[in-house]
Amino acid sequence: MLLEVKDLNVYYGAIHALQGISFDLEEGEIVTLIGANGAGKSTTLKTISGLLRPRTGTVRLRGEDLTSMPAQNIVKRGMVHVPEGRKIFAPLTVQENLEMGAYTRKDKAEIEGNMARAFKSFPRLKERMNQLGGTLSGGEQQMLAIGRGLMAQPKVLLLDEPSMGLAPILVEEIFAIIKAINAEGVSVLLVEQNALMALSIAHRGYVLETGTIMLSGTGQELLENPRVQSAYLGH
Amino acid sequence: MAQASISQKSSLAARRPGARFAWIGQGFLLLLALGVVYILVTSFLKDPMLFAQVVLSGLQLGFVYALIALGYTMVYGIVRLINFAHGDVFMVGAFVSYYAVARFQLHLWPQLVLKGLSPGAAVVIGSVTVMLLSMLVCMALAVVIERVAYKPLRDAPRIAALITAIGVSFFLEYYGALNFVFSPRFIPYQRPFEVVTFYVNNGIHQLQPGQAPPSGSLLFSNIFLIIMVASIGMQVVLQYLVRRTKIGKAMRASSVDKATARLMGINVDGIISFTFALGAAFAGLGGVLYAIAYPSINTLMGVLPGLKAFVAAVLGGIGSIPGAFVGALIMGQAEALTMGYISTPMRDAVAFTILILVLLVRPRGIFGEPEQEKA
Repeated sequence: MLLEVKDLNVYYGAIHALQGISFDLEEGEIVTLIGANGAGKSTTLKTISGLLRPRTGTVRLRGEDLTSMPAQNIVKRGMVHVPEGRKIFAPLTVQENLEMGAYTRKDKAEIEGNMARAFKSFPRLKERMNQLGGTLSGGEQQMLAIGRGLMAQPKVLLLDEPSMGLAPILVEEIFAIIKAINAEGVSVLLVEQNALMALSIAHRGYVLETGTIMLSGTGQELLENPRVQSAYLGH
Repeated sequence: MAQASISQKSSLAARRPGARFAWIGQGFLLLLALGVVYILVTSFLKDPMLFAQVVLSGLQLGFVYALIALGYTMVYGIVRLINFAHGDVFMVGAFVSYYAVARFQLHLWPQLVLKGLSPGAAVVIGSVTVMLLSMLVCMALAVVIERVAYKPLRDAPRIAALITAIGVSFFLEYYGALNFVFSPRFIPYQRPFEVVTFYVNNGIHQLQPGQAPPSGSLLFSNIFLIIMVASIGMQVVLQYLVRRTKIGKAMRASSVDKATARLMGINVDGIISFTFALGAAFAGLGGVLYAIAYPSINTLMGVLPGLKAFVAAVLGGIGSIPGAFVGALIMGQAEALTMGYISTPMRDAVAFTILILVLLVRPRGIFGEPEQEKA
């Protein structure tokens, strides 16, 4: 098993945000967590990537316990979190943002290769290479955020709401990119509010409600589930 | 139509109460500015050589303030903290060099170890060693201060860290004043090298000891040149570091968004320590140079230069590195011109008048960006 999350309990002060969440991600999979605002999706990702500490429970990557590891060391283990709202470093150029993504990589030639690859997948970033990150449009920023995440050569990519605030045509483009990344062997844990899109590209999915997992199944099963349809797909 | 009238109404409501009387303040500022310009122009016309001399002494002060101001602005940029203990790190830098020179004769080591060195080279190497030692001690001190006093308050309200910084400042000043530490007295500083004065009068000549400079000549010393080179050099080094190196880019990324910086694999605590250390190295160098230029040291010697460098950083736009440099040069000029043409005791008052004026007229400073409070 690549990533194993077991019985996570996370608190914000007195608020019990995650109430015993368990799920897993296999090599080569796209797994999605769907749910409404405040269900605990982003909290889950932040806990996995080390920004938040669980009170109890474990996160294991290839069997190694990451639960008390600082976020920056988790990146070195091959798991990268692309945060919600893109979080581009606005006063840094596009190129510098990508360099920051490769912060843990030492091999200069490899970094340059990865940067060339990012520019190939996102040609618009290449045009804007020396522009400040803050001047990009929302779609470009999302591409930069994903490209920056890939600069660390992750085995596991945690994506938090990559479609948020984007025009429908861009949403399609972003999801196509996620599938392409996955096809290259990167396992993806995708958090989304756009349940339809997420479930249609995911191998498996979990439905999160107020800090607990209510349902799980393959993407197709969840798309056909009447509860999911009425609550998240608007049927 | 309806929307236009609403926006007009809200802009009226947004006007501050008392805005009607703003002309009183603006008129006062205008009068003040005219007065300053009048004094400067008439004094320049009366004796241009004296004016140049005053400007030169202002540059010397400004270059020292610039070294200190860099630390304020860098630390503010990354942790949004005004590190009031910074001026005292500067003081420690001066004292370390005092002990190195006066007690341990560290500056003489090249003559003892490297035989056959030319005397000039030996003095340069010896003095640089003393400066490097001061810088290293200050770096270590700043890292310890950061770990012990500021890091536990990283997530506390900003005011808590600010008050702690003031506490650390008093700690250094008054523990330093103990007899078995630095003592509370003013101590005559022993320089690691001799002062050489030059005068400009039909070319540059060296002033011999006991010789009176010909009237109408401009005087400057080797100390002025060293301070200028060190200050500009450090500015260039820092610009290069922040713009071009990996750690500098990580500093900028961490100053924007620490959580996201950690997601890149950046050890943000390490970057913060590095920033404190770098600022302290500049302050330590500033302390040595200041003591060489104004050779009487005391545990409270860091207070006023520290506060003036802080004002310089605010004037230039806190968080901006070029701003700190420009602000410091302006502060140096303001102080020297005040001493030269108004009155010497007013030098400190003028510095804080500038602070008040900046906060009134342009709180973000010359190069600063408007502060965006995070929700």
